[in-house]
Amino acid sequence: MAKEPIYILLADDDEDDRDFFRDALDELKMNTVVTFVNDGAQLMDYLDQPDVRLPHLIFLDLNMPLKSGMDCLKEIRANEQLRNLSVAIYSTSASDEHIEETFVKGANVYIRKPNDFTTLKKVLQEVISVNWQYHTSSLNKENFLFSI
Amino acid sequence: MKLSLKYDMNVACRKILQDQLEKLSIPHNITSLGEVTVKGTLSSEKYDSLSAALQEYGIEILTNQKTALVQKIKDTIIEIIHSEDGLPSTTMSVYLAEKLNHSYSYLSSLFSEACYTSIENFIIIQKIERAKQLLLADEMTLTQISYQLNYSSVAHLSHQFKKTTGLTPSAFQRIIKKRAVNDLTQV
Repeated sequence: MAKEPIYILLADDDEDDRDFFRDALDELKMNTVVTFVNDGAQLMDYLDQPDVRLPHLIFLDLNMPLKSGMDCLKEIRANEQLRNLSVAIYSTSASDEHIEETFVKGANVYIRKPNDFTTLKKVLQEVISVNWQYHTSSLNKENFLFSI
Repeated sequence: MKLSLKYDMNVACRKILQDQLEKLSIPHNITSLGEVTVKGTLSSEKYDSLSAALQEYGIEILTNQKTALVQKIKDTIIEIIHSEDGLPSTTMSVYLAEKLNHSYSYLSSLFSEACYTSIENFIIIQKIERAKQLLLADEMTLTQISYQLNYSSVAHLSHQFKKTTGLTPSAFQRIIKKRAVNDLTQV
């Protein structure tokens, strides 16, 4: 059965991380279309384009030049057009308090960047699949929290 | 002045289809009336535009029967999980097979193919979603919620909640409450 493509956006300034992410997605054989941006300012410019196709899910690195992931998250949640987007924080491991803080600020998912390829694949598969259920099965996005 | 017309529905429909498909630059082949083969796959955007354009002429794209059945599976699961009477005494697989008149193995493979997840997983997601609602409504204890949703114990629900969301039920509750406060102070 033909599946509708899943649009994904990754904002990450580290080229290796972007490549790693792309390779993992390629191997998942999910029907995904990925766009990459290199920093927070680029991300907000991208989302601000008049005819942009908004992604089903944004993966957001926290430490980026020009505009941090946290600032992007705040702007997204304050913007009428963007506030319903799913945002997954994609960052190095942090304390539980810090993770909780990003959820309070509006993140849906917190992913501690895995170091090995197999785990990354598994994590991406799970996050994209759960997000898809929220997108297609009238689940309440406001209650969508997932820490992995 | 009155004009009498003779028209050929076949030619007319074919022309409409062709024009609309070309307008959206969709490479296609009109195989017979009532069936069009599109080269490659359509983006959902194009699908929607095409569907809207054809609707003006009273032409409807039939969603395929499998898609309709997948939707029925979802609806049945959601309905049963949200019902006040609690879950059925039979297993979900028996319930679905009886209600939808297909073998469970057929339903199960169809669902997995279409939804990026299994029926079992979908049920878990829906049950946890319901648990979240009930938690936030603040009218039931977690133990009461676990009975309502047919868990063998509150520990079982807590475990599945943690496994599905990465958070404990109390952390979840705390975050959503803090969010509400946070939103208020932002305004």
